[in-house]
Amino acid sequence: MTKNIMIVGVGGQGTLLASKILGRLFVTKDYDVKVSEVHGMSQRGGSVVTYVRYGDKVYSPIVDKGEADQVISFELLEGARWVEYLSKDGVLVTNTQQINPMPVITGAATYPSDIEMKLKDMGVNVDAFDALSLAEEAGSAKCVNIVLLGHLSNHYDFTEEEWHDAIKACVKERFIDMNIKAFELGRNA
Amino acid sequence: MGKRLMLGNEAAARGLYEAGCEFVSSYPGTPSTEITEFAAKYDDIYAEWAPNEKVAMEAAFGASYAGHRSFCGMKHVGLNVAADPLFTISYTGVNAGMVVCVADDPGMHSSQNEQDSRHYAIAAKLPMLEPSDSVESKEFAKLAFELSEQFDTAVMLKMCTRIAHCQGLVEEEDRVNVEPKEYKKTPQKYIMTPANAIKKHPIVEERLCKLREWAETSDINRVEEGSDNEYGFITGSTSYQYVKEVFGDKYPVLKIGMINPLPDNKIKDFASKVKTLVVVEELDGIIETHCNTLGLNPIGKDKFTKLGEFSQTVIAKAFNIEKEVPFHFQEEIPARPPAMCAGCPHRGLFYVLHKKNLKVHGDIGCYTLGAMPPLNALDSTVCMGASVSGLHGFNKIAPEYSNGTVAVIGDSTFMHSGVTGLINIAYNESNSTVIILDNSITGMTGHQQNPTTGINLKGEPAGKVCLEELCKSIGINRVVVVDPYNLEECEKAVAEELEADEPSVIISRRPCALLKNVKHPGPITCDTDKCVGCTACMKIGCPAISMVDGKCSIDATLCLGCGVCGQMCKFGALPLRKEIAND
Ligand SMILES: Cc1ncc(C[n+]2csc(CCOP(=O)(O)OP(=O)(O)O)c2C)c(N)n1
Repeated sequence: MTKNIMIVGVGGQGTLLASKILGRLFVTKDYDVKVSEVHGMSQRGGSVVTYVRYGDKVYSPIVDKGEADQVISFELLEGARWVEYLSKDGVLVTNTQQINPMPVITGAATYPSDIEMKLKDMGVNVDAFDALSLAEEAGSAKCVNIVLLGHLSNHYDFTEEEWHDAIKACVKERFIDMNIKAFELGRNA
Repeated sequence: MGKRLMLGNEAAARGLYEAGCEFVSSYPGTPSTEITEFAAKYDDIYAEWAPNEKVAMEAAFGASYAGHRSFCGMKHVGLNVAADPLFTISYTGVNAGMVVCVADDPGMHSSQNEQDSRHYAIAAKLPMLEPSDSVESKEFAKLAFELSEQFDTAVMLKMCTRIAHCQGLVEEEDRVNVEPKEYKKTPQKYIMTPANAIKKHPIVEERLCKLREWAETSDINRVEEGSDNEYGFITGSTSYQYVKEVFGDKYPVLKIGMINPLPDNKIKDFASKVKTLVVVEELDGIIETHCNTLGLNPIGKDKFTKLGEFSQTVIAKAFNIEKEVPFHFQEEIPARPPAMCAGCPHRGLFYVLHKKNLKVHGDIGCYTLGAMPPLNALDSTVCMGASVSGLHGFNKIAPEYSNGTVAVIGDSTFMHSGVTGLINIAYNESNSTVIILDNSITGMTGHQQNPTTGINLKGEPAGKVCLEELCKSIGINRVVVVDPYNLEECEKAVAEELEADEPSVIISRRPCALLKNVKHPGPITCDTDKCVGCTACMKIGCPAISMVDGKCSIDATLCLGCGVCGQMCKFGALPLRKEIAND
């Protein structure tokens, strides 16, 4: 069986590093892996999505509506936007941080209220927490991606060490300690 | 050597390396850019950014002529620019192997059109290989060099967004050492005067026949057996992956790895063994049309759209396989379009154009985002360079507009194809004002160096084009440089140059705010005691500014302290640049 993960957020939030670490982890477990990224235009503050798929043999590079086992959302509104991609038994792991998109800033649209509650009312398995504060606690708002991975790790059977190794393989030497701390904070949240 | 996750583009670059490629010249363009960036990391490959795709292709051709394996890469619209050399290089053939990569963007993730570049291979009568994942991106890049030398032809490698920007597991192999080919002066092969070219055309047609024979037997076009021959699929590239995702090994598949020329007999043979023939391909019905010429009339574009990207769901739906979408958020979700970054130097200049209500001929780059609300400061965007040339035609035929119309173009785009338009303005004397948005980098495609930056692809100091001198030397007498963080200065320059009775250039100069070496004062704060909530600061469309409880609020994680908003505030609630920076 192929497993599907989607990582969604706002351009510039560091979704690519998260998918890189996941890809790395699954490869060391001898799975076939595909990771699809977005480059270019949408990275300028737009809505971004990356797909991570693993299994015995992965064909399609993308995850489609209703297929994701997990959606990891770096921002609350993006969680709502991409929830259509979640499968029936899937889980939405989301940061509760809100970032206003341009139409909201200019007053052309409003940011929906109580998104977390509404998602839960729809029957979505929502695992929401404040990843930004934990990232800041770890040393930098930029670690939000690793905090989220830490939290996601609770939905997997991989050992803590295996996660750490994947992180160490993907971040610069001098940022390792901060990122491990971020991972632990997310895992225990 | 072990397997490792690689982007399709990285794998293609690895293929160039392993094939002994020595020369790479490209112009950036999503989704092709990383092939050249990864190639540049190999010490054994000389790699450069050329000013545009035509120059890149001609440079690669020169390297092949000199006897060294060469490559150039571009996005689909880049091939339009390089089409001129492409069609005649098809006649000359090559000396050492030459590979041309073109990357399509179905779904237009970051492009201005959705053209299908496979048409070019057919029109230019060149072989084209189409990988369907990272493994094939590497394998086909290597094979392309072999075919190039075996058949004396440039070979095209066709990527697309989902192949180029998807990582898959790839095994690294060693580089082969290829001896340079000898340079021999052969006028009848390389001088394409009519007398020589007319003799080359039949050779090109013959070459296609030989390539077709090769395609019949090569396993680049392979049949994968199925357990049920109710349907048989002819497909390749991403579509192959989607068909396999939905049906696995159920139905037989003829996977096409070489899109031109297609293997007629293999196709007919495959068709004869299945009940219903189905062709699945993104964008145009190229394989399908070919099947029709063979009298096969498969299911194709009657069932599958010519628009956008496919997915497993598109295939499933075409066969009435319903898929459950359990969750749908009921309320309207505001769109999150890309926006100019906080601190972007383009913003101040665009605010001035918006305020003066000018007609603005736009071009392609980050500054195309100036078309978005609240600035709404663009009137057209067609292709690279079109702002400058379009402005000339507009002003020449309708001079009554010329005092209220400008063109805007980025530094990289100006080098690419704006300068020829400016020469036309100088030569044919239209009263035009061109604004060059010089942010010292090719921003939109992710920070590539260009001829105005003084640094090359490998990060070394390099030649540097001086924009002021260039404009003056082609005959533009009025050239003025402004700082786009200074609204008053910009407004004054725009007013003066529009007023002037001759062609002029305004260079709006500030490095891209995302460049690592650019220092910023850091976030400002709003003095809420002074803020009256007039929302004047919101008019510049900065993502760091919003209204909270009726007062301006600055997002400290985004604000860099550019000071543009301070010039909007009449109440002194936001600081001016001179109060926060000493530049
Ligand atoms: C013919 C062609 N080649 C490449 C591209 C891809 N592309 C889009 S914008 C751009 C360059 C933008 O750089 P610049 O003009 O310096 O503006 P900036 O983004 O830095 O503001 C490129 C290469 C394209 N759209 N068309």
